Amino acid sequence: MDTNGAVVSARDVHKSFGPLKVLDGIDFEVQRGEVMVIIGRSGSGKSTALRCLDRFETIDEGEIIVCGHHVSDPNIDLRALRQDVGIVFQSYNLFPHLTVEENIILAPCSVKRASKTAAKEQAKRVLAQVGLEEKLHYYPEQLSGGQQQRAAIARSLAMQPKVMLFDEVTSALDPELTGEVLKVIEALAADGMTMVMVTHEMGFAKGIADQVLFMHRGKVHESGPATILTSPTTPELAQFVGKEL
Amino acid sequence: MGGSLNANHLLFLGHGALWTIGLSLIAFAGGGIAAFIIALCRISPNRAVRIVTAGYVQLIQGTPLLVIMFLSYFGLSAIGFSISPLAAAGASLTVYVSAYLGEIWRGCIQAVPKPQWEAAEGLALTKAERMTKVILPQAIRIATPPTVGFMVQIIKNTSLASVVGFVELARAGQIINNSLFEPFLTYSVIAVIYFALCYPISRLSRRLERRSGLPRIKPVTA
Ligand SMILES: Nc1ncnc2c1ncn2[C@@H]1O[C@H](COP(=O)(O)OP(=O)(O)OP(=O)(O)O)[C@@H](O)[C@H]1O
Ligand SMILES: [Mg+2]
Repeated sequence: MDTNGAVVSARDVHKSFGPLKVLDGIDFEVQRGEVMVIIGRSGSGKSTALRCLDRFETIDEGEIIVCGHHVSDPNIDLRALRQDVGIVFQSYNLFPHLTVEENIILAPCSVKRASKTAAKEQAKRVLAQVGLEEKLHYYPEQLSGGQQQRAAIARSLAMQPKVMLFDEVTSALDPELTGEVLKVIEALAADGMTMVMVTHEMGFAKGIADQVLFMHRGKVHESGPATILTSPTTPELAQFVGKEL
Repeated sequence: MGGSLNANHLLFLGHGALWTIGLSLIAFAGGGIAAFIIALCRISPNRAVRIVTAGYVQLIQGTPLLVIMFLSYFGLSAIGFSISPLAAAGASLTVYVSAYLGEIWRGCIQAVPKPQWEAAEGLALTKAERMTKVILPQAIRIATPPTVGFMVQIIKNTSLASVVGFVELARAGQIINNSLFEPFLTYSVIAVIYFALCYPISRLSRRLERRSGLPRIKPVTA
């Protein structure tokens, strides 16, 4: 099913919001264990591209295949897709009425029909992975922004996704809290997790990306290995990284 | 009766008060169930369902409860459906409550931030699971103060059931006054009883209001 072994593949993806063309023929492939970083100016369609992968947006044209699921197919089994894909957003989306542990075991218990004991064991494991094992019984509002974001990552990991999507997960954080979240993502990459992430952290992108996608006016304007961030070939990317660095 | 206010009168009022409580309970239970369905229909993905329920809500909110009572008792019997005063009053209150409470609850469900829906969706929860495990628990907290406030209104509005011949608290007072001719005394007693019914609920409402918006925090163990 996977096109030449890619975990994620997008071919000629078009997407408009009303008259606004946001994605104008996007192509990319992410292999197993690869980290792809999407960069670009505000409004260039990065979030939209990412959201299309988990079918939070439907596309007008083209084809997207994620973990063998034909995302662009109207009859797609969304539940199956979303068990394979973990997504973490910019705003910390923990459920405020549940403790960290309850947040984490909710989906495994109801979607995967895991036993409560097994799910709780796993909650401990994923929390250890993000360095929050002692916060099991805290409510989200008792955690710092960085801790909430790490807990949200742990919640996704508990579903044992095959690919993780991150949309500017550190943008809402104070600079001193950014590092702790990025460290968690780095550890995931080192573990071989396949990831697609939108980020403005250029230094981080350089270190972690196997592949960089620079989006500009709804198109992939320039793409390649992380080295394009230091030696861009298009003036637009040069200007973009020049400004960001 | 006649003479001055005596124990029999008070017993009669107590009986009326019980009916006020009974009608209120019918209104909360029947109206609550109907309101929940209305709230869900108002946010349905189906446009026709949304439009029809919006029309229902507008229609009921635009009609005085008194008129709804008249219609369901005298109106229905005029076209051949005789129903008891209790059934008429209960049905009228249910319909009335469903339109108002349904709108209040719709607003509370929609007040739960959209990212919460998306986070739940991203975790592969089904629509029903998202609703019952993520959205409703948060919406209920938002809804509690306005719901309790509305309940107080309903307790007072049950007095309108007297127009269909129902002897609840207000009507009982009227009957007593007709023989006693002591309107100030009689209606003062009535007012005090209404107050005794409503005040605890208002108090509760204010307490909940002060806490609204904040998640309930269990003490952190260990
Ligand atoms: N649901 C929507 N309805 C209408 N327009 C939308 C919607 N979502 C996004 N857009 C528009 O599409 C464009 C691309 O948005 P997108 O969020 O993908 O940009 P982005 O690259 O992620 O930007 P940022 O860096 O600010 O997050 C923007 O102009 C945005 O206003
Ligand atoms: Mg974005």
